[in-house]
Amino acid sequence: MSKKRIIVVGNGMVGHNFINTLATSDHASEFEIITFSEEPRLAYDRVQLSKYFSGATAADLAMTTPDEYDELGVTYIVSDKVVDIDADNKTIKTASGRVEGYDKLILATGSYPFVPPIPGKDQEHCLVYRTIEDLEDISASAKVSKTGVVVGGGLLGLEAANALREAGLDTHVVEFAPRLMAVQLDEGGGKLLRSKIEGLGVSVHTEKNTKEIVAGEECRYRMNFADGSHLETDMILFSAGIRPQDELAREFGIDMGPRGGIVVNDYLQTSDENIYAIGECALWDNKIYGLVAPGYQMAKVAADHITSTLITLDTPKLAFQGADMSTKLKLLGVDVASIGDAHAHTAGAQSYIFNDDVAEVYKRLVVSADGKKLLGAVLVGEAEAYGTLLQLMLNDMDIPGNPASLILPAMDGAEPVGLGVSSLPDTAQICSCFDVTKGDISGAVQGGCCTMGDLKDATKASTGCGGCTALVKQVMDAELESMGVEVNNDLCEHFAYTRAELADIVRIKGYTSFKDVVEGHGKGHGCEICKPTIGSILASFENEYVLKDELMPLQDTNDIFLGNMQKDGTYSIVPRVAGGEITPDGLIALGVIGKEYDLYTKITGGQRIDLFGAQLHELPEIWKKLIDAGFETGHAYGKSLRTVKSCVGSTWCRYGVLDSVSMAVALEHRYKGLRAPHKIKFGVSGCTRECAEAQSKDIGVIATEKGWNLYVCGNGGMRPRHADLFATELDDETLVKYIDRVLMFYVRTGERLQRTSVWMENLEGGLDYLREVVIENKLGICDELEDQMTKVVGTYQCEWKTTVESPEKLKRFAHYINADQEDSNLLYVRERGQRRPATEEERITLVNVTEGQK
Amino acid sequence: MTTWTNVCPLTDLVPDTGVCALVEGKQVAVFRFGTGETIYAISNFDPFGKANVLSRGITGSIGERPVVASPLYKQHFDLSTGECLEDADVSVEHFPVRIDNGVVQVSASA
Ligand code: SRM
Ligand SMILES: Cc1cc2nc3c(=O)[nH]c(=O)nc-3n(C[C@H](O)[C@H](O)[C@H](O)COP(=O)(O)OP(=O)(O)OC[C@H]3O[C@@H](n4cnc5c(N)ncnc54)[C@H](O)[C@@H]3O)c2cc1C
Ligand code: SF4
Ligand code: FES
Repeated sequence: MSKKRIIVVGNGMVGHNFINTLATSDHASEFEIITFSEEPRLAYDRVQLSKYFSGATAADLAMTTPDEYDELGVTYIVSDKVVDIDADNKTIKTASGRVEGYDKLILATGSYPFVPPIPGKDQEHCLVYRTIEDLEDISASAKVSKTGVVVGGGLLGLEAANALREAGLDTHVVEFAPRLMAVQLDEGGGKLLRSKIEGLGVSVHTEKNTKEIVAGEECRYRMNFADGSHLETDMILFSAGIRPQDELAREFGIDMGPRGGIVVNDYLQTSDENIYAIGECALWDNKIYGLVAPGYQMAKVAADHITSTLITLDTPKLAFQGADMSTKLKLLGVDVASIGDAHAHTAGAQSYIFNDDVAEVYKRLVVSADGKKLLGAVLVGEAEAYGTLLQLMLNDMDIPGNPASLILPAMDGAEPVGLGVSSLPDTAQICSCFDVTKGDISGAVQGGCCTMGDLKDATKASTGCGGCTALVKQVMDAELESMGVEVNNDLCEHFAYTRAELADIVRIKGYTSFKDVVEGHGKGHGCEICKPTIGSILASFENEYVLKDELMPLQDTNDIFLGNMQKDGTYSIVPRVAGGEITPDGLIALGVIGKEYDLYTKITGGQRIDLFGAQLHELPEIWKKLIDAGFETGHAYGKSLRTVKSCVGSTWCRYGVLDSVSMAVALEHRYKGLRAPHKIKFGVSGCTRECAEAQSKDIGVIATEKGWNLYVCGNGGMRPRHADLFATELDDETLVKYIDRVLMFYVRTGERLQRTSVWMENLEGGLDYLREVVIENKLGICDELEDQMTKVVGTYQCEWKTTVESPEKLKRFAHYINADQEDSNLLYVRERGQRRPATEEERITLVNVTEGQK
Repeated sequence: MTTWTNVCPLTDLVPDTGVCALVEGKQVAVFRFGTGETIYAISNFDPFGKANVLSRGITGSIGERPVVASPLYKQHFDLSTGECLEDADVSVEHFPVRIDNGVVQVSASA
């Protein structure tokens, strides 16, 4: 039997989901799948599109790759639009002239942004927001603009507004309706959302009907509104809704809805039984679904129907029955959720409303006439109850107790009312993006998944919009608990605490030694996990000499000899070169010393010089010479401040607006020696060209005409994270004050070996919460944090200077305690004029050059 | 007959740390466990990292067993037997120790 040919027009999120379902099914080998995309690339995650502005690349957003399709045997053609359907002969034709026959044709053409027919809408800086190419245009336009307007205050419009705001534009939202997010929110919710967004500096203009776009006086354009008012702007982003991309169907006689959309039945078949439509182009029961989860459900139903009718000849198992449109989002940092019948349209529906003007929280609960069932809800400002409420509604469960308690804040520390996940049926859908039920999760946990990472790989749950993450974790934890697995965050077998808890214990009890901590709060003799952790905590608060007798046994591999151990047991030496600024004399001194000890010399990625291959007994001699030449330790070995990378800045660079080198040097000297949960790196750039790559550092500082912009919690390394813009236009003093507070707060609350990036991702309340703590002093601890930092800064010592001056300590810097010989196992080879450790094969054939030299 | 080699005075061993001693041509890692007179000696050679570094690891306990964690890749070795806790097939040599007149001694002749 020859393979059945399936053609998928459009390789967007839903088209790809359909292909993936079919190509990984039991019947995959019976299909030949061909897909066409008008866009120049295969499917990518449109839902996460805005991440492109915070550094995600096209590759990060990709949902598949050519290799993956090759492996699945899927033929793909990109940058070629399907322009013709011949339903009688079952063929399609593309813009490039390619003709292909099909057994079943799937239209997954999505939608396009609607641009209202306003005169002047077609000018250069009038853009839309749908594809990666659109984002590139927006970025380019933002660079040459100061003010930006988003037309449309819906979900996408607000997301776009955030992007413009982050690009540094003076941002406005212009909405036709009297409130924001009119579809999802009621009046109260819309009002609060507006005030919160305005609080962030985004201007909101409602009930504005744009009449025309003409040349501006102060800005590039002027928008004239029907009510006679106007607004000037340099760029305009239209986000006034979507329209189904249905031109293909329209032209070739397939049934359409009166206002567009391709009419489909419960199996997603169009008026031609061999042509299906799924995703945002499909019109089911007179509705277009503009979210991805319903699209995925359609894909699943269509794949089942095609397999049943073409291959197995069974009756189809699935039918599309509509989908839930509940959503939870973080818009401009504000939690917003809308569930079910948010507007109380159901006959007899009753509402409960909770409004807290002080904390800026609005919640509305819509319940059935008898008060037993939940019909809908609106949550703005705080959306923690989303998961619980959604499950109550979707599973048609009785509301436990008094409905009002579901939205009232917990009083006096009582647990907020919810429904334990145990009360959910196994069929409850937990992740709507990937249709994962409670039963699926429980099954995966029983099959061995015990972390969120495992679970995501196994079930895909929470890898889409992420709205279900908290609930997925709850189900996982409950299942683990029921299996008798303790959900355990203990540091190690010696301490039943996390690092953050131990830091509190040490700080509050004022402990100064490991012995006190383990006797008071732990057991056993400790290990290589808890000892360095407590060593680091003690150092963060007390900042004593790390090789002091009681502290020395706590130091990890590198700290204990104040150098980084290399693969052969020798060490590297990294003197501090603050801000990367070094004098010619400094360079000469490093050269002379490197040559004398035949050290391998390399410029590091941190703008300084690393000297490799020093033996234990050589370390103090070398450091003595370095100290005499004016150097000090660079803490390359410590979980502590590493480097403050700088660009040359305003002193030399023709673009620099502030002196980035002076600032970098000052910051490096201020925080050098600060021990933390993990290493800390800074960058300081003299202008937005960002030559110091500050936005990939734990602390990033970028000069602007009006002062310093502070970025926090970026990371290079294993999993790069773009830093978050924390505060803008700071003077020197405020900058330092904020950095003091952020770093000390991290020192107190970070987990073991948790960089600031991961710390931020796990910080409840995220960036906003950190701002509340550091800028608004929400916890009232700012003075304390600053005092602690002042203490650390005031007690700095160069650990190498202390060490070379202490004969007792120097005894340990020898290979043998009872002999003057060197380690006989070291063997080197010369490469490009320097030495390096011999490989295993070389060892067999070589003589020992170290011994030979001496 | 057992021959004993002097390592150093007990007071030179900082509690809960190790040193390396040369004993009859062998590199021996000598550890002081706690603040008292408990001393252990095992080979200094890390069979995983293939370097003479075990004396520079962090000591502690896993369950009831006294251990050192290799400073290179953190495998644990039982200080009293030399066994590797992560890989039952690997163990390093261990040596008898004693304290004689305040001086730590190791024997490698057995
Ligand atoms: C020497 C150097 C590479 C070089 O030749 O350029 C280096 C060498 C090491 N890096 Fe690095 N890193 C060096 C710059 C970097 C950079 C670039 C930078 O700082 O701008 C990064 C990415 C930026 C970042 O950290 O966000 C970097 C990301 C890492 C990571 C991954 C950290 C992460 O959070 O993803 C590790 C592993 C770790 O820390 O757990 C690491 C760990 C190491 C260790 C300590 C591995 C080890 O345990 O032996 C290496 C030993 C250093 C030594 O022996 O002196 N190194 N490392 C660089 C020293 C910079 C300095 O002057 O201090
Ligand atoms: C910025 C943004 C944020 C969003 N956020 C969310 C969210 O948080 N949650 C949520 O559920 N949804 C969100 N959405 C909506 C979601 O992205 C869509 O529901 C989803 O992408 C629809 O998938 P689709 O496959 O139907 O259409 P698309 O992903 O648009 O794919 C259709 C593809 O078909 C191609 N095509 C069209 N016609 C042809 C032709 N004739 N020949 C060849 N190719 C053709 C198009 O170029 C396109 O690549 C968001 C959308 C945007 C733009
Ligand atoms: S970031 Fe700006 S000031 Fe610094 S070197 Fe680059 S262009 Fe010059
Ligand atoms: S609901 Fe979107 S990822 Fe689970």
